[in-house]
Amino acid sequence: MVSKKDKVVELENAVVRFAGDSGDGMQLTGSLFSDSTAFAGNDFATFPDYPAEIRAPQGTVAGVSGFQIHFGSSDIHTSGDLADVLVAMNPASLKANVKWITTNAVIIVDTDAFTEKNLIKAGYKTNPLKDGTLSGHTVIEAPITTLTKEAVKNLNIDNKSAQKSKNMFALGMVFYMFNRDYKKTFEFFEQKFKSNPLVVKANKQVLTAGYNYADTIEVFSRTYKIIPAPLSKGLYRNVTGNLATSWGLLAAAERSGRKLFLGSYPITPASEILQELSKHKQFGAIAFQAEDEIAGIVSSIGASYTGAMAVTSTSGPGLSLKSEAIGLAVMTELPLVIVNVQRGGPSTGLPTKSEQSDLMQALYGRNGEAPVIVMAAQSSADCFFSAYEAAKLAMEHMTPVILLTDGSLANGSEVFKIPDVGEMPPIKPPIVKANDPDYKPYKRDPEKLSRPWALPGTEGLRHRIGGLEKENITGNVSQDPMNHQKMSEIREEKVERVMNYIPELEVVGEEEGELLVVGWGGTYGVMLTTIEEMRKEGKKISLAHFKHIKPLPKNTEDVLKRFKKILVCEINLGQFVNYLRMSFPGITFDQFNKIQGLPFMVSELKEKFNEYLND
Amino acid sequence: MADTIDTKKLNLTKEDFESDQMVKWCPGCGDHAILRSVENVFPELGILPENFVVVSGIGCSSRFPYYVNTYGIHGIHGRAAALATGIKLANPKLSVWMITGDGDSMAIGGNHFIHIARRNPDVNILLFNNKIYGLTKGQYSPTTPKGQKTKSSPQGTFERPFNPGTLAIGARASFFARVVDTNPKMMTEVFMEAAKYHGTSIVEVLQNCVIFNNKIHSLITSRETKDDNQIFLRAGEPMIFGKDRDKGLMMDEKGLRVVKLGEDGITEKDLLVHNPFEEDTGIHTMLCEMMPPDYPAALGVIRSVKTETLEDTVWNTIEYEQKNSPLKSVNDLLRTGNTWEVDEEPGKNGKKRK
Repeated sequence: MVSKKDKVVELENAVVRFAGDSGDGMQLTGSLFSDSTAFAGNDFATFPDYPAEIRAPQGTVAGVSGFQIHFGSSDIHTSGDLADVLVAMNPASLKANVKWITTNAVIIVDTDAFTEKNLIKAGYKTNPLKDGTLSGHTVIEAPITTLTKEAVKNLNIDNKSAQKSKNMFALGMVFYMFNRDYKKTFEFFEQKFKSNPLVVKANKQVLTAGYNYADTIEVFSRTYKIIPAPLSKGLYRNVTGNLATSWGLLAAAERSGRKLFLGSYPITPASEILQELSKHKQFGAIAFQAEDEIAGIVSSIGASYTGAMAVTSTSGPGLSLKSEAIGLAVMTELPLVIVNVQRGGPSTGLPTKSEQSDLMQALYGRNGEAPVIVMAAQSSADCFFSAYEAAKLAMEHMTPVILLTDGSLANGSEVFKIPDVGEMPPIKPPIVKANDPDYKPYKRDPEKLSRPWALPGTEGLRHRIGGLEKENITGNVSQDPMNHQKMSEIREEKVERVMNYIPELEVVGEEEGELLVVGWGGTYGVMLTTIEEMRKEGKKISLAHFKHIKPLPKNTEDVLKRFKKILVCEINLGQFVNYLRMSFPGITFDQFNKIQGLPFMVSELKEKFNEYLND
Repeated sequence: MADTIDTKKLNLTKEDFESDQMVKWCPGCGDHAILRSVENVFPELGILPENFVVVSGIGCSSRFPYYVNTYGIHGIHGRAAALATGIKLANPKLSVWMITGDGDSMAIGGNHFIHIARRNPDVNILLFNNKIYGLTKGQYSPTTPKGQKTKSSPQGTFERPFNPGTLAIGARASFFARVVDTNPKMMTEVFMEAAKYHGTSIVEVLQNCVIFNNKIHSLITSRETKDDNQIFLRAGEPMIFGKDRDKGLMMDEKGLRVVKLGEDGITEKDLLVHNPFEEDTGIHTMLCEMMPPDYPAALGVIRSVKTETLEDTVWNTIEYEQKNSPLKSVNDLLRTGNTWEVDEEPGKNGKKRK
């Protein structure tokens, strides 16, 4: 018999997907596995996949909640295409996820849940564990519910409570499979259930039981190890996009010396920003939950007028409601960050799914000529840096900034190297000193064209602003035709000049050649992974990925002109590609679009790119 | 939180608050008189001119900020309450005045109006009620009496109007007052009360639109009829009105009743005594509902109940958290919770990061 040690296989990376009923605690299981992955020193990215309903009917495919993690010994930029390991807590979760696994995956199922009733609920006519449909996969059938109950028998807890920890049994099995240490997870139990020692004990016992079960019955013909990723020296943590966005905003407030004010209304998938910022009164941050989306942004404009670093957060339908108020911020030239966590639209659309379809709305969805800076965060961790930069640009250039993130970035997580806030670029808002004799409300900075920020309460700077057209320099109400033309042009020019304050566009791969693939925002990770893999295979292909959309980086045209073919990939029907066509009419752009509420997969991008290369 | 009213006199005058902008309301519009009263009140409050912010939405009344020399924002339609709330929360030291109309606050801004009343930030709201849309030239508003013919109701309106007072009190407003634009002294007195009140003070000004709804309040305001159709309420005083001050208000099982002093043996002692500080909304609501010809319209401070303000609650929490939170900087926050250290540069354990 081979000893366990001999059966350890070293892998470069792996994808694990936990799936169960939406009450089964799959998100927690996933995040505990993520924590242990971090502890093991791997790089990783995660993505939760959950239904729009809080508790859809139990046992049905509609009620399945999933959590996927991709981890490895090198840079990980995506949550992975297909899972190598699937944990399915019931028939419905198997049914919903079997199409998202590799052809020779390991499937762990709780056989106790595969009752006739549950099979019918999931829509199975025959039992998939018996009818051969899973051939090719390694199916590990474990009576998880029974074993869980058994594991806590000594604790005298009721059946229902005991069953609640069956997800920890499954987690224990996966820990064994990947040779994980469960010390961190135990620490978590002790923290989380501090007030209930019985629950701590139960969870510990169940997790250990799962681990030992996997070991004892030798269900796994081998176990796996993934060596630590070569992360550079520093302190790390796991972060979701919404958390990173909130922290980036707090960092910007601290560095600018302004108090953060968030006016917001709950909306999926942006609510975590409101929730997170409401926790940080110790930094003087105010999170005001308004009566609606409009009051959210308008209260922020009020706060901005007084000198706060003002933010409003929302998702697509909310951005629609805020349109008129964004115009007010444009006209009053006040700094404001508008975070739009994009989701599937139009209307209520797909609230828990991701899309990139609010780009045109961000660019143009207002009455009048109402230019704003538009940026798009490129990964969950990048949300931190993008939010920081959005706030910096808003305050230094005295303009609203729309920061686009999306459901995938917002709820997905990845490894985040914790920066020193003190070493981030300084933020210097143009605040006017009391009694400045030269002060005029719309007198502009000659370089940036920004107007000065005069705060109520300051002596000698009393002035009125508002939504009516302003006379340049004095800021008085003006209906003069030539002034309106001038002011319209200045507002546009002010935003365009931001080009001089943002980084140039970088190309991954050769600086010129046959094929340049282009993307923006949340597709960065998957596109980069695809390009890196294809380049390793010897393919000549380059990537230009945009974070700054309005204005575009200064060198955009130069970069685009150096390639024979350009393929623009987006999770919509082609919004950025049309913006590029409009901006650079002399250049031909092809497009690749997907709009299914799902992110791109490396495999589908590769296939498309190869088509182009072989053309 | 320090009171926003600084008691020390600053030797300010009306002129300190007059802006250099031409006032563009129609001649004869009630707004002119309201502006003059506000300019009389501001210098008397002991607040430095730079600590006032006047905000508004859209409508004739909402041009107001341009005409007072303070800080000011002319916002968008209906949203002044949200602007005011953001301003007051972000900087509680400012004296915030919100100017709005019946269209701005009762229709498009109805939602914000009820929520500012509920939240109670220390904002002074002057609600100009002329029962018509003036700036858009004469359509009916949510306060237009049912059946009135306007540009958008040629057969008369089909809708029941709001009563701003009962709407406000129903939304838990702690301070509500009503004045007429024809009585500068009354306006000045009540605006002072509103300014001193720590919380959201809503003052409904029965204001005349000389072009599109002329004389809409004339029963209450005209020299010939006003004495019998208005009652000015003062805390602690019996509710007496009428040209000869011979009428009063009593409460019986059917509610409020107009009585004549001397008739049926009724004396002053039988009349209701006004108590704006009463928590119970019952009588205040009834007073708001009174309208001619059956009742006199109630004027003066109808309700003034002590309630903690939104900004005091928020800033007290901030103060507490700043004192007690272990997190002193964002760097602390980023390093709290589940973190891990990589203490060797890559390369030492084989691979190098790309």
